[in-house]
Amino acid sequence: MSSQNPEQQAEQAADRLPAQAPQDRLAQPVVRRGMFGAKTSGDTSGYGGLVIRQSPKVSSPRPYGGPEGGGEHGEFDEVADALERAFPDFGEAVERVVVDRGEITFFVRRRYLPQLAQTLRDQIDLRFELCTGVSGVHYPADTGAELHAVYHLLSMTHNRRIRLEVTCPDEDPHIPSLVPVYPTNDWHERETYDFFGIVFDGHPALTRIEMPDDWVGHPQRKDYPLGGIPVEYRGAEIPPPDQRRSYT
Amino acid sequence: MSSTKYTEYDAYAAEEATEGKVFNVDGGDWDQVVAAAEDSSDERLVVNMGPQHPSTHGVLRLILTLDGETVNEARVGIGYLHTGIEKNMEFRTWAQGPTFCTRMDYLAPIFNETAYCLGVEKLLGITDQIPERAQIIRVMMMEINRISSHLVAIATFGLELGATTVMLNGFIEREYALDVFEEITGLRMNMAYVRPGGVAQDIGHGGFTKVREFLDRMPGRIQQLRKLMDANPVYLARTKDVAYLDLQGCMALGITGPVLRSTGLPWDLRKTQPYCGYETYEFDVATQDTCDVYGRYLVRMQEMEESLKIIEQCLDRLSTVKGPVMIEDKKIGWPAQLAIGTDGMGNSPRHIAHIMGTSMEALIHHFKLVTEGFRVPAGQAYAAIESPRGELGVHVVSEGGTRPYRVHFRDPSFTNLQATAAMCEGGMVADVIAAVASIDPVMGGVDR
Repeated sequence: MSSQNPEQQAEQAADRLPAQAPQDRLAQPVVRRGMFGAKTSGDTSGYGGLVIRQSPKVSSPRPYGGPEGGGEHGEFDEVADALERAFPDFGEAVERVVVDRGEITFFVRRRYLPQLAQTLRDQIDLRFELCTGVSGVHYPADTGAELHAVYHLLSMTHNRRIRLEVTCPDEDPHIPSLVPVYPTNDWHERETYDFFGIVFDGHPALTRIEMPDDWVGHPQRKDYPLGGIPVEYRGAEIPPPDQRRSYT
Repeated sequence: MSSTKYTEYDAYAAEEATEGKVFNVDGGDWDQVVAAAEDSSDERLVVNMGPQHPSTHGVLRLILTLDGETVNEARVGIGYLHTGIEKNMEFRTWAQGPTFCTRMDYLAPIFNETAYCLGVEKLLGITDQIPERAQIIRVMMMEINRISSHLVAIATFGLELGATTVMLNGFIEREYALDVFEEITGLRMNMAYVRPGGVAQDIGHGGFTKVREFLDRMPGRIQQLRKLMDANPVYLARTKDVAYLDLQGCMALGITGPVLRSTGLPWDLRKTQPYCGYETYEFDVATQDTCDVYGRYLVRMQEMEESLKIIEQCLDRLSTVKGPVMIEDKKIGWPAQLAIGTDGMGNSPRHIAHIMGTSMEALIHHFKLVTEGFRVPAGQAYAAIESPRGELGVHVVSEGGTRPYRVHFRDPSFTNLQATAAMCEGGMVADVIAAVASIDPVMGGVDR
């Protein structure tokens, strides 16, 4: 709910609340109900009926500015312009662009990822020589795009960083491998496969890396329990961290 | 085994396996093993080194295919120290995070904490509200930690090449660095000293004295180490032109840190993408252009000398820059005025009197911070710092709650260890040890 009061607007901006129309947010799927872990009639907090919806998928308008912020044409626009020039399918390949906290994220459709990364690496005005690996994130409520693979690229030539985010559904957890473009991703992709079950097609030897080879399940997924055991201390039993009261 | 008839166990007899004959070498008479191996017609020898091996730098497993003394193939097996730190952090509050991540790369705990805190601060949008004194303390602690980490790198390196003197000297000096940590944070390792919003507590008088003593002692000791190794013919023979990896190889494999700087590229995040106010300190980036083990050693030595310069500057600034060491925002700042009580370290009597006696609001803040923690607006951030081993990146994701939704560490040891094959293949088997040691992987950071 965007306020007309400039002071409140500033506060909302500072809190980084998505200043979206309420109907936008109501259209989003519910991610959580209640609070404090109170699920029975013993809810004295009054928060039992709380409904938390997923934050809407935002997309930043041009100009993107730079890491320092500001609404003017900046470093991020240069990257986006250069990429648009060098990659003809830019409009089709990049779903949306988000600029947040001085960082730019390109949401890339998975089938375009290797060509896009190749362009980012080789194009003279882009030159993202270093990929600092891939980090998986599991969003069970994001139907059709539950698994995200996040790549952070660094250009030493231009001293810039960008982020690529690629999604794939749980039913079809496949993302093309970036090992041919960035050999450093070899172990990183194995790690993400190990922990999230994302299959990187074209990886030379996609096997588990941290967990034992015969492990069942992918531990960093949200549906995988922490597996803690209760701790007994002076007669009192403290439940494992994943079964304690939750304040989120 | 239980169904077979008992026969006397012959330690030197070869076992038949699917891949061929397997010889277990666990002490005993080497000649007998060689004699047994000579009988077999295999020319290719697969040697499994580790994970419990004194010269593999931790629980690292190397699978080497040898042709005589030459390494044809080197493969690395990791995962023996995986502790699920990233998963655990998702179940604790943001402020509890440093306690976990400090244990990843256990030789560089301050760096783990700082990287994580910079990520959280970026998410909170409070990067420019961190008090200057806290930033100076962070820089000083990081640089002391860099010295202690490089000392271990050089010490274990010496040990793995068979030089006990180097090992003892390195570890002795590291003790002095750990003494400084103990005086300032109360702990020698795994301090959880850097917290989101600042540091856990200010440095007392004893801390400054310790740092000053450390500064007086170290230059001479580094000089002594240099005298011992810089031109030592035995050392040079083992390190010069060994485990060559040039800039192109480093870029492809994502190698950062001393290994990258030994190729001649002065890429140091402290200079190129400064954080915590590094742009205001005067220091040089150490580089070499030899791309070999010796170059990496020289880079580390010079980095220790540069770190001493930075610590000196920090001490000067701390004598003039006063003020809090934790962010003023009461909704985020953990109480950072600690004191020793009868039952150990805890909140200072002044803070207790304040929250219990005079301010209801302060009590509410304290209660909420301790029980549920602060909320971090939804979004994601990537923060990177120059750890002793290279770029330590942290990808933090928040869904607006009081706990991280996902924290991923891009540990430089993990990435750099991938270079093992590129450095070792085609070389001699004895140089594998030197190659791995020059990467300086810390398995706690590799496996997390």
